[in-house]
Amino acid sequence: MIEIDRVRKTYDGRTVVDDLSLTVPDGAFCVFLGPSGCGKSTTLRMINRLVTTDSGTIRVDGEDIASLPEAALRRRIGYAIQSTGLFPHWRVEDNIATVPRLLGWPRGRIADRVTELLELFRLAPETYRRKYPHELSGGEQQRVGVARALAADPALLLMDEPFAAVDPITRDALQAELARIHKSTGKTIVFVTHDIDEALRLATDIAILNRGRVAQFATPQDLLENPASDFVRDFVGTQGIGLKLLSVRKVRERMRPGETAEGAPISADAPLRDALSLMTVRAAALLPVADESGRVVGTIALSDLVR
Amino acid sequence: MTSATAARPESLRVNNQVLLALAVVAALAVALCGFVTLAPNRLVSGKPVALWQAAPSSGPVIIALVLALAGLALAPPIRALHRFAAMLAAMLIVVALYAAGGAAQRLGAGMSALARVSLGAGFWVVIAAAALIVVDGLQRAAAGPLERVAFALAIVAALAGLAASGALDALSLVHEYNNRQGGFSAAVIRHIELVAGSVLPAIAVGVPLGLLSIRRERSRGPIFVTLNLLQTIPSIALFGLLIAPLAALGLGGVGPLPALIALTLYALLPVARSTAAGLGGIDATIADAARGMGMTGRQILWRVEVPLAAPVLLAGLRIVVVQAIGLTVVAALIGAGGLGSFVFEGLGQDAADLVLLGALPAILLALAADFLLQLLAASVRR
Repeated sequence: MIEIDRVRKTYDGRTVVDDLSLTVPDGAFCVFLGPSGCGKSTTLRMINRLVTTDSGTIRVDGEDIASLPEAALRRRIGYAIQSTGLFPHWRVEDNIATVPRLLGWPRGRIADRVTELLELFRLAPETYRRKYPHELSGGEQQRVGVARALAADPALLLMDEPFAAVDPITRDALQAELARIHKSTGKTIVFVTHDIDEALRLATDIAILNRGRVAQFATPQDLLENPASDFVRDFVGTQGIGLKLLSVRKVRERMRPGETAEGAPISADAPLRDALSLMTVRAAALLPVADESGRVVGTIALSDLVR
Repeated sequence: MTSATAARPESLRVNNQVLLALAVVAALAVALCGFVTLAPNRLVSGKPVALWQAAPSSGPVIIALVLALAGLALAPPIRALHRFAAMLAAMLIVVALYAAGGAAQRLGAGMSALARVSLGAGFWVVIAAAALIVVDGLQRAAAGPLERVAFALAIVAALAGLAASGALDALSLVHEYNNRQGGFSAAVIRHIELVAGSVLPAIAVGVPLGLLSIRRERSRGPIFVTLNLLQTIPSIALFGLLIAPLAALGLGGVGPLPALIALTLYALLPVARSTAAGLGGIDATIADAARGMGMTGRQILWRVEVPLAAPVLLAGLRIVVVQAIGLTVVAALIGAGGLGSFVFEGLGQDAADLVLLGALPAILLALAADFLLQLLAASVRR
């Protein structure tokens, strides 16, 4: 759990973070969302003390981070950034091993962990561990950057616009992977972005920031349905709001259990947006719905989407 | 018949213009300039003696090698032939020196003991052209560091063998060496001591100054304005300027101390500049990521920044060392010793070969230092 309590940061008389308070629960995927200059990146960097607070306190798991040694604090928090920050003179395996080496892990354990992480990110260990960053594509570099952040198995991961510099198709794949990893590891992730669709797709909680303050802190669905202010409404965007709503709601919420229909089923955990898309493609108003095991458990109809 | 005329321009194509130009220059030098010069004593300037008079037996070998090199310029550009050209040129260097040594023996035989045979313009041009052909050939053959070292060592070993065999003893340069034998190695050692004694403190001071200039933006201007100013003072003036204050302090205004101070001051700018350029040129997000993962400032410097800046730092070090070797020659003016003492003594006596006894080893030292640091930089870059 991260408790941010009335923190403030001023640069040359300009207030960047203004009396900001926020609590991120354990296991949350919390996205800081906002226009540039809203203080989202600064707030993120306060959590691992890359930026010092002028006033206020931040507690991680109940401990005031100001009371911990800087380096020790950072070694237990994963950190990934937009440009990856990979060390160009180190091989992929050395890059991933950065924090475990700083922590003095034994050699064998580090090697095993590198293999495990490369596999987690679907990079064949034998092909990739000996490569240099410049030999990788942008998407592969970003995967290695996130793998490096996860290397010492931190309970908390900070990510500063990690996917902003990759092409849309790669970004889509990376987002899917990150969602999968969040689900399987249960780590707490704090993620900064200015991309509303990325936030809606990944977040369990979204903090919309404006001028160094929290404009609204809510679940994605709540944010779309009940914007707290005109700023939030404008930022979320009135155009296409219906499609955004469909993309944060799951098929499971609207399906009719027990019924069956013709055709290949859609997953109960897919967003309603995918169901609409599939109906459009198939020119069908009714789809079967399957659970994780692929067993058909119900149906969803076009009219269910607009209930 | 039409095919024969069509094939002609093809067969005469010059594939290596550099090699052809150097071979032509060497040939012209052999034809037009004296290969050695002959003087009745060491203080009178000598009369040029052409190659075919000076060395009737080994002269034709030199001419044959030069012609062979010119011919290779027309050969197809393949690595084996580039390497072959480099080997021929290396042989040319050794044979030219052997021929000069032989010429000195022959020409000096009938003369008084005071007569001197010195190396002439033709000899120097041939040697310079041959050395450039070696460098060009190895470059075109894409020779690796090991091969380059092997070439350099082979040439040095052949020349050392030649000197040890006594084949060069009749040359005026060797006379000068023999006259100073005790002093020569002492001068070389003193020269190296002065270079090391100024480059090492310059690194100890210049690297932190360079670091400071990128860590504290505001210090950058004053640091580089001061160092630039120092660099613009002519070396002789700086040596002179130090005499009075050091003498006033009772430390002696002449000798090695003022030389070390002046040489250190000159080395500061390139050291600080390349430190700032090397470390300042690193992508800032790399250091940010390193800090964010919990590296300490010292770990970031030694594990990330220094290795990434190493090529630039080593390039700077090359400039500093080569510059210091040259400037140390001038330091002999204020009694610091070193190879410059032969140069200035020779200038005073109008004895060109004594000047060479100081200048040649200084050039060789600079070349060797440059070569070694280049190898080091190449091995770091990987």
